[in-house]
Amino acid sequence: MPFGQGRGGGRGRGDKKGGDKEKGQRRTLFRRRKVCKFCADKIDDINYKDVKLLGPFVPERGKVLPRRISGTCAMHQRKLQVAIKRARQIALIPYVTE
Amino acid sequence: MADRQYELVYILPPDTTEQQVTELHGQVEAVVSRMNGTFDKTENWGRRRLAYEIGPHKEGVYLLDVINGTGDLMKELDRRLKVMDQVIRHMIVRVDEEKKVVECTQTTRRTKSERRRVKRGLPPQRQPGEGRPAGDMDESDDDRFDGVEV
Repeated sequence: MPFGQGRGGGRGRGDKKGGDKEKGQRRTLFRRRKVCKFCADKIDDINYKDVKLLGPFVPERGKVLPRRISGTCAMHQRKLQVAIKRARQIALIPYVTE
Repeated sequence: MADRQYELVYILPPDTTEQQVTELHGQVEAVVSRMNGTFDKTENWGRRRLAYEIGPHKEGVYLLDVINGTGDLMKELDRRLKVMDQVIRHMIVRVDEEKKVVECTQTTRRTKSERRRVKRGLPPQRQPGEGRPAGDMDESDDDRFDGVEV
């Protein structure tokens, strides 16, 4: 298996915050480490036409799923945000849903 | 100056006939050819549900054009599409620079992996049957990511 193929390997690290060590350790027991989907699956092009790709990042309400929940890395979140906004313009994704 | 590449997406009312679609596409084509642009790709996505209502419409016919041309051409096209009342929504996006970036990252990744593989004494390309089989990781057992997790 080539490097960077293992689960949670490669990029998308640095998710853990320093400081509250005790709390952090307890958390890791219950929570698996979040990985940027785009880094892990090596998706380079986040395209506004790909509704299936964007779908999981737009929850029911129609907002953009925050990074702290999805675990997306900063670069990909930025690209994702642009793609979602474009998709909204041409009515592929809603702006809001009640 | 080299031409830039743009994507044009436009939406027509759901009751548009084939003929009207081709007619409208002809109008777009006329503008493009008049201003020395070229078509790279044309797609008809057919009828789709709109994510929200645009005026009275809940559905629309989506059309996509990939056009090589200058900024002036797209400006003119944008102006014309705004005027046309059969077009309920349109959007123009410049794509050439993003495409370049994507290609660049892909080639660097490929060369890097080839270099690593050669270092380990393996052939530069992945052999069939090596690594995780394709289709092993489908959406359902992808437990690294699930949409909503607080």
